[in-house]
Amino acid sequence: MRWRDVILPLLIFAALALAPFVGFGQGHSLTLLARAMIFGMAAISLSLLVGGAGLISLGHAALLGIGAYAVVVLDHARVTDALLVVPIAVAAAALFALLTGAVAIRTSGVHFIMITLAFGQMAFFTASSLALYGGDDGYTLYGRLELGGSRLLEDRLFFHFACLALLAGTWLLVEALLRSRFGRVLRAARENEMRARAVGFAPYPFRLASYVIAGAIAGLAGVMLANSAEFVAPAYLTWQRSGDLLFMVILGGLAGPHGALMGALAFVLIEEWLSHLTEHWRLIFGPLLVLCVFFMRDGIAGLLRRG
Amino acid sequence: MAEPLLELRSLRKSFGGLAVTRDVSLALSTGEIHALIGPNGAGKTTVIHQVSGTLRPDSGQVIFGGEDVTRLGLASRARRGLARSFQITCIIPGFSALENVALAAQARAGSSFRFFRPAAGEAALNGEAMEALREVGLHGRADLPAGALSHGEKRQLELAIALAMHPRALLLDEPLAGTGPEEAERLIRILSALKPRYGILLIEHDMQAVFALADRISVLAEGRVIASGTPAEIRADAAVRAAYLGEEEG
Repeated sequence: MRWRDVILPLLIFAALALAPFVGFGQGHSLTLLARAMIFGMAAISLSLLVGGAGLISLGHAALLGIGAYAVVVLDHARVTDALLVVPIAVAAAALFALLTGAVAIRTSGVHFIMITLAFGQMAFFTASSLALYGGDDGYTLYGRLELGGSRLLEDRLFFHFACLALLAGTWLLVEALLRSRFGRVLRAARENEMRARAVGFAPYPFRLASYVIAGAIAGLAGVMLANSAEFVAPAYLTWQRSGDLLFMVILGGLAGPHGALMGALAFVLIEEWLSHLTEHWRLIFGPLLVLCVFFMRDGIAGLLRRG
Repeated sequence: MAEPLLELRSLRKSFGGLAVTRDVSLALSTGEIHALIGPNGAGKTTVIHQVSGTLRPDSGQVIFGGEDVTRLGLASRARRGLARSFQITCIIPGFSALENVALAAQARAGSSFRFFRPAAGEAALNGEAMEALREVGLHGRADLPAGALSHGEKRQLELAIALAMHPRALLLDEPLAGTGPEEAERLIRILSALKPRYGILLIEHDMQAVFALADRISVLAEGRVIASGTPAEIRADAAVRAAYLGEEEG
């Protein structure tokens, strides 16, 4: 059944590529799709941790936020070229993941969840206290990043395809990682840590590496999120946002990155659709998510596999 | 006499006030099966845990291939060639039988920090894994999910995993536990075929298997080695009869 894991994402990417030309080309639709694709990237990176390594992080939004705040800090310092900003933002998120992961991965289960939550909240409160960058109110960017001196990212269609390319690249990367030797050790240690140790693999360095890779991808998603909205606020780093990401991953299914991809798109689009129906949309969205967990144990991916 | 492959020197381990390993010393050479027997609760598995690195002894030493490995963990000892099986089957149920073994082959075939090439397509790893499966007679089941194998087959798989590690010593904790008579016979055949190449420390309750396989037997009772010798010597030992073998008759 592995071919479905590949065909479905390819169909989704094709649909996203066509979307601007079949009625979703207006500003509002493109903004929404960009948001869905960016959360797709973040959710796929989280699925490497949750589904791949068995690390349930409740602090993933912090990494997204660090990528976004790197854009803010550099914007304030008048550094606005993507060729410079992207590597710095990604490195910052990866470094945060390395330092916090080095501590958190020494624990497991509920303790891991609590420690990632604690580090996430630390990042959130730090962002809130940055008066220079707007504190609680957030920071409005002068504009989107330049790309080697050009203003290409301002072009809505270009931005759409940049997000799509990054989303597809993220999916491909995580899919490859999970199938590699590295991914095999991660999966083995998730399913049976004692067995992995008994053949000679101490899981720690593998888990830490996966945490740093996921952090780097989330940082990149954060850069795109900042550029999509041209605004960054501490709300990007809240633990509720981490919970949303975790929900996207579970909603989509843990069997692979294609699950997180579908989960993120479904989550963002349903959220948008419901919020148009009624201002009390959360009253519907909450129970809907609960029902999803009850009736789709393996997520959307599992549902499609059976069908 | 040549230096033994594996040597335990005065191992002691207590859990709270309960001494479960008291001054256990024994030696194992290549080409030898040394069986560790004793009644339930004698502390056999605790000894294996300390030899494999799952538990750290309170005092005493584990010397493997001339190196003091007492401070090393399970994974480091495994990389040095000390392979163990578990009393309760320890496999990765979601992996195919082949991938379970390929994982072990991968552990000693260069770095596992390789991120892009699909591991399932690595012919060298699969070839080695297949060879180990063939050695235990499980090559016909290579593509099945390990979780779908029968209990006896899982025991064989665990042995294949240990073999694919190309170890120098095997620590086998009740490899026959829960297997039927046919499967047990098959495993006994496999073990005696393996004997010349490895040093094997064997815990087993099946006395027929122990006396058929072992070159030396040590008897553990209440954490202490009360007798050690050839199968014939052990059979004749009065203390052993009282502590252990006698129980089975009674």
